[in-house]
Amino acid sequence: MNLLRGLVARPWRFAAEVSALLIAAVVAFPLYWMVLSAFRPAGEIESSEPRPWTLSPSLDSFRRVFGQQDFGRYFVNSLVVAGSVVIASAFIAFLAATAVTRFRFRFRTTLLIMFLVAQMVPVEALTIPLFFQMRDVGLLNSLGSLILPHIAFSLPFAIWMLRGFVKAVPEALEEAAYIDGAGRARFLWQILFPLVLPGLVATSVFSFISSWNDFLFAKSFLISDTSQSTLPMALLVFYKPDEPDWGGVMAASTVMTIPVLVFFVLVQRRLVSGLGGAVKD
Amino acid sequence: MTPVTHRATWTPWLYLAPALVALGGLLVYPIYQLGLISFFRYTQAQVSGGEPTAFEGFGNYSALFADPQFWQVLLATVVFAAACVVSTLAVGCALAVLLTRVRAVPRLALMLAALGAWATPAVTGSTVWLLLFDPDFGPVNRILGLGDHSWTYGRYSAFLLVLLEVVWCSFPFVMVTVYAGIRAVPAEVLEAASLDGASQWRVWRSVLAPMLRPILVVVTIQSVIWDFKVFTQIYVMTNGGGIAGQNLVLNVYAYQQAFASSQYGLGSAIGVVMLLILLAVTLGYLRLLRRQGEEL
Repeated sequence: MNLLRGLVARPWRFAAEVSALLIAAVVAFPLYWMVLSAFRPAGEIESSEPRPWTLSPSLDSFRRVFGQQDFGRYFVNSLVVAGSVVIASAFIAFLAATAVTRFRFRFRTTLLIMFLVAQMVPVEALTIPLFFQMRDVGLLNSLGSLILPHIAFSLPFAIWMLRGFVKAVPEALEEAAYIDGAGRARFLWQILFPLVLPGLVATSVFSFISSWNDFLFAKSFLISDTSQSTLPMALLVFYKPDEPDWGGVMAASTVMTIPVLVFFVLVQRRLVSGLGGAVKD
Repeated sequence: MTPVTHRATWTPWLYLAPALVALGGLLVYPIYQLGLISFFRYTQAQVSGGEPTAFEGFGNYSALFADPQFWQVLLATVVFAAACVVSTLAVGCALAVLLTRVRAVPRLALMLAALGAWATPAVTGSTVWLLLFDPDFGPVNRILGLGDHSWTYGRYSAFLLVLLEVVWCSFPFVMVTVYAGIRAVPAEVLEAASLDGASQWRVWRSVLAPMLRPILVVVTIQSVIWDFKVFTQIYVMTNGGGIAGQNLVLNVYAYQQAFASSQYGLGSAIGVVMLLILLAVTLGYLRLLRRQGEEL
């Protein structure tokens, strides 16, 4: 066995690897328990002797979740919100990051500091004015009331993070493109954009998460029209503090977590290098 | 790298226009509105148009500062956020170091588990942790032999439970970022240090720590900002702020005042207080950056 040989040769590394595996198990345990509870048959979840396995997995909880109110619709609503935010903020942030890294102009440094300060604004504190603003433009109870603020709030961090990626594209490339007769727009979309794409992917993780997870805005802006609800609200239908339907809550939670997990696994590599690039810069 | 010097005056502004419009309309303007509302008497009657809005000057603020509950909530927020930041950073940094000491398989396992925790939406994480610590059906009480001890009943144990969840879902950002930072340190630098006879500890203290300082500043500030405005976890796990509001933090308190009690003016005043506190943190951060001589 590799591990055993390792124990004899390098006891410290062996200890480190065992503890890494143990910690990984502890960190993954809540997710395991969530999926397990979602598949438990009726009644087993309310057992006073919870076992870390189930002998007769069932889809009852999932059926209950998708049978209740328009759960599928809420899922689509959430996808629409997160998808629009990711795409819109990626494009807007790309343009802005290009402006502040590849041009020198007045107020450039001031703008950068403003973007930095804007990241620190507790957007939750803005729920009240945004509520009135959305009411005044008639967006209350519509998905737009979630999409627009999330686009704006994800921009400062996205611009800040993309700077490093845009900067990393060599200037010689830009000059060569112009010499070859490419216009500014052509350089922007056909040369710079594909090169910065990995960075955009890393950035989009953050805008995806913040909009997919959003609970406060959904709770405050989608007050009366439940057909516009998103998943976090739908999940709480099953969670009543006095008598929660744990099977339903866990099944809904599983459904809500899977898209984010898939997204994360897809961009995992880029995320690590992206963060490294952003903070190194 | 030499900076690009395009002299076109309007092109950068054209590129910046969408971002500036979005930020102006949905960030700057709401901040202005927040400040404005906080000076007005703004309750359900004004919202529905039944009564005209009345300028109150600092009325909302003096009402807020005279309320002992506000000070209690403020103190709880600061202590809770500080505890979350310290725990998150400690766990994140320790595990980042651990990641550099292990081979591919354990590293991948820990990385994937952490990404899973990171990816878990706050609402989902909150309900899952509630189930784990449920007095009747949760595995934790069985493992620890606590019987039907309720974690959400006591003030401190409820805060502790929320803290555990917050650390669980926010340490991965710290771990991944610090790990990426350690990996970005050129191997030659470390080799040179050990060739010069530096001990392991010495390498850490004199080579890695200074190189990682900018990253540590970034993750600390991010953690302060995130943990200071925890909303979902407190709201879901303590059912809107705990028994008799014992687990309220500023964010939830502002929400309850504004949307549950229709005291929009008072809620906005709490928002302004939060904004000012985080602004102070930001200014401190900017000064740190300036001292490090970072070029923007």
